[in-house]
Formats: sequence, structure tokens, C-alpha cells
Amino acid sequence: MNVVRPSLAVEIAGIRMKNPVMPASGTFGYGEEYAPYFDLGRLGAIVTKGLSLNPKAGNPTPRIAETTSGMLNAIGLQNVGIEAFLADKVAYYQNFDVPVIANFFGNTLEEYGEVARRLSDIPEISAVELNISCPNVKQGGIVFGTDPRAAAQVVALVRKSLNKPLIVKLTPNVTDITVIARAAEEAGADAISCINTLTGMAIDVRTRRPKIANRTGGLSGPAIRPVAVRMVHQVVQAVKIPVIGIGGITCARDALEFLIVGARAVQVGTANFIDPGVMPDIIDGLEAFCLEEGIADINDLIGSLQL
Amino acid sequence: MKNYKTIVLANQEITSGTFRMRILTPGFAGTVTPGQFVMLRPALALPTLLRRPFGIFRVGCLPAECDGLPAREYLEILYKVVGEGTRILSELHQGDRVELLGPLGKGFDLGVPGREKILVGGGIGLVPLFMLGEALISRGDRVRLLMGGRGRDDILAVTEFERSGVETYVSTDDGTLGEEGFVTRVLERKLGKYPEAEVFACGPMPMLSAVEKICRGRGVPLQVSLEAHMACGVGACLGCVVKGVGHSETRPRYLCTCKAGPVFDSSDLDWGKAAVSKGSCAEGGCK
Repeated sequence: MNVVRPSLAVEIAGIRMKNPVMPASGTFGYGEEYAPYFDLGRLGAIVTKGLSLNPKAGNPTPRIAETTSGMLNAIGLQNVGIEAFLADKVAYYQNFDVPVIANFFGNTLEEYGEVARRLSDIPEISAVELNISCPNVKQGGIVFGTDPRAAAQVVALVRKSLNKPLIVKLTPNVTDITVIARAAEEAGADAISCINTLTGMAIDVRTRRPKIANRTGGLSGPAIRPVAVRMVHQVVQAVKIPVIGIGGITCARDALEFLIVGARAVQVGTANFIDPGVMPDIIDGLEAFCLEEGIADINDLIGSLQL
Repeated sequence: MKNYKTIVLANQEITSGTFRMRILTPGFAGTVTPGQFVMLRPALALPTLLRRPFGIFRVGCLPAECDGLPAREYLEILYKVVGEGTRILSELHQGDRVELLGPLGKGFDLGVPGREKILVGGGIGLVPLFMLGEALISRGDRVRLLMGGRGRDDILAVTEFERSGVETYVSTDDGTLGEEGFVTRVLERKLGKYPEAEVFACGPMPMLSAVEKICRGRGVPLQVSLEAHMACGVGACLGCVVKGVGHSETRPRYLCTCKAGPVFDSSDLDWGKAAVSKGSCAEGGCK
């Protein structure tokens, strides 16, 4: 008997993806680091490491520490800068039939606008993800991400400078994430990614010192998943634009939680570090779940939460 | 490199708190360069999340006639129980499942054929030096291992080095085995005798700094294998960086230990204050 394979295809802000699974920025390098482990063409999209106008060296070491079911990091947005990205990295993406989403940030409003303009000209880039949420550097956008007026200002500026779909990545380190989400939507965002990492701290009890040099860092991994699912659920209710769910996804079942509360796609972060083959496993797991449940189109599952 | 879902073949305590684990890894031996490492975690490890980096001690093959089973390739790691991750590893038994990624990183350059080779190992830091010794011996080089530790329990696998043809010299800080004192004193003496030697070192950061100072002072080529906290092991997380030569506050230059290393030519590194993460390594025997 022939089994009809369920459709996993989704669309976010005009970007068609063969499935809803993509890496979270900063956990997948520029993509090539993971190419030895699986065919990147299997992904719904590739999301790049956060780009800035000029190369950025990042924070002092130690930069990472493991915590209970999670990890703290304060990498500090180390990246090659937009010039080197365009010169050395972009052409690589032509090898794959996968939309590429360039994540980026700026030190100032002007820089945000300038990077957006530069990315507009690149045909290999299908969409951009605007980072207004990095907790580890003052200029990582967190200032914009925690104040609705500032968020609206930067989103509007980037929207004007950019001719591609604009995804805005939100921080959970706010009292009410829906306020920021609505501000981003009203200012012209085409989609929302949430969440970025939660600010945390870990202490070495022998030395009485913080475990990472930056003192505080971004908490990620399974430890934050229930917080992320709650916030995605809230944001889905608050905005009309599509939402991409992020936070502690390690398997298909985790990804399903986000889809069921209404995320149109998901990003996988820390789990890539634990197992470089985790994303293809999640895609296979989503297909298997749809087969088991008799779901022909994964879009029928999205937002199917019963309350 | 390959992402293995495999099993433990053996896991034994060899000295107090130090274990030797043998892991089934078909097809691994032919792909590894001395000095490379693996990322390892038990399958279903709930208390710990990330894989840990470990230097590869040796690779081998159980012959088919051994026990009626087909020939099986394996690798071995030596590790010290330091934190939660290594404690959980130490409790694994034959047949338990592990996830392993490797071989990873840049290994040792074997240097100039025929020149004297001096390996300096500090405690569990000797792990990546065994395969290097084997490779150098099989090429016909003369190899000496200077093995240092705080006490006799830190001195590992010396017999195996000797069996492979490496001359070994042991020193301990407390004098419980071999010569009393730091391994760097033995190094100075040997370099006095063999000034043309090339040096390869792995161990705690204070030892590496002292070795670097000695070698730099005499113009002796030195390669070091570094340890660092790592999340991914493949150059994506950028968590394991060290300061490269020319690093400054205004013009930072960070190198990934997992990709640019773990083996570095010592002249590529900034040996200034706190060149490498303080404490260097969360777990014993890791890169």
C-alpha cells in the first residue's frame, strides 16, 4: 500500500519553506560548519550568525557554561562583518535550494539601516531577521528590544531601508512581550521570532566568581522551553503576522508544542551543539507524527491548541 | 568526521579518579590525526546536556578471532572525574550507549623527520601525545616523553609509551614517583643535551606557559594542545576561543580552539596574562 507523505511545507512572510525547521542564529555558524553532518538542503531555511556592519571580536573568555538542562553564553556577537560575509560566505548558499535568512544587528540606528540596505542587494538572501534582543552586548539591540517605542523606531527604519521580508527577533527579558511584538508589527515587521535567550548567571562556588567572564549571559536549552512556549502562545494571540517559535527545542515533540500553540515555523538552537544531526531528526519526527495522526498538511496542526 | 550513536566496550578506573574508556567506532581509525579530539556524551544523559571534548588516547581494532565476534574498531579516551559530566561517564558500563562526534580539530604537525622529538605531558594532558609518539616512532624519529604530575596517581600509561618505543622520564611534584620536582626542570636538562629538538606539549596552563617560555628562550619549535570549554566542537558556537598572537583590547584576535586548534604552533598564540580561559577546562582529560 502506498503511503501518502504529509506536506510539511509552510510559508512565512512570502518565504516558502519545504518544512518548518531551521537553525537559530548563532548556533549554526554560517551553515558550512554543519554541512559535513547532513544535507543542508533538507532544512526549511538557513539562518546565519548575526551580522554587523564591521567585524566584531566578541567577549572575553570564558564565554560559555553549562547549567541544569541549559547553557549560558556570552559570545558577544562575534562575526566576520557584512563585507567578509558577502565576499566569502554568500556564494556558498547557491549550493542549496533553501531560503537563507540573514540575521543582523547594529550598534546604532544608522548602522541598522546601513546593514539592511547592504543586505537588500543580495539575491541569495531571501529574508532578514532583525536582532533587537541580544542580552550580552550593550549594542546588541537589547535597548531597542525592551522599549516598544525604540523597537518601533528601529523596525520602521529597517523596513524603509530593506526590500525583503523582515522578521524581528524578540527578547523574553521584558515584562510583557506582546507589547513589543505589537510595536514591531505596527512598524512594519512581516514576522516575529521569539524568543532569544533569558538573561542568567552561574557561579563557581569554589572561586566565588561568575562562571563566564561577562558575569551574565543568555540562558538557552531545554530549561527555557516552557517559558518560550508560553511567550509564543501570547504573541500568536497578540499579532496577525506569523510567529517563529524558538527556545529549547531538542526533538520533534518539542517542535510540535510550538506549532500547536500557533508558531508557523521553529528554530533549533542549543540542540545543534548537542547533536549536529538533530534538525533532520526533527523533520523526520514531524513527518512521522503527521502520518500517525493522519494529518495530510502540517498547516492543519499549526494553532490547533485546545483550551 | 562522523556523528556516532555507539556503545561503550569497556570503562575502567586506572588510577584513583582516572578512567580509561574504550568506545566502538567503526571506520574511525583511518580518519584520525594525532592530536585531534572527540565530543562525547552518554545517550539519554539528563543531568548534563552538552557533549564534552576529549583528546583521543589511541585507536585500535579487536580482531575477529578474539571472541567469535567480527573485528571491531575502537578508540580510547583517558579522563579524570572532575565535574558532573565526567562523573556520569565514569558510571557507564560495557554496552551502554554514547553519542560521539569526531575526529575533530587540527592535530599535530609531525615536524622535521629525523630531529629529536620531546613530548611533555602534564597529568591527564598526556592523552593526545600517545598517538603522536606512535606516529613519530613509526617514521623513525627518536621520541622522549617527559611526564609530570603532582603525585604518582597523576602518572598514566607510561608502560604503553615505553612499549611503543618512546623513552620515558617521570617527575612528580611530591616525589612519590620518578624525579621530585616540576617536569619543566627535566625539559631544560634535555634541551641542554638536545638543543635541536622539537617539543610537543599538553597539560595544565601554568605548565604550558613555563614550557613555552623555556622553548622561546632557546628558539626551540613548540606545538601545544590546548583545553577549553566547548559547546559544539565544530566552530559554530564560538565559545572556545583563545587569544591569538597580536591580540589587544582594541584589536581583538580570537581563535577557535576546536577549529584552529586544539593543537597550535606556540608562536600563533598570545602568551600574555590569561591567554586561555582561567581554569581552562571543566572536565578531566578534555580538550
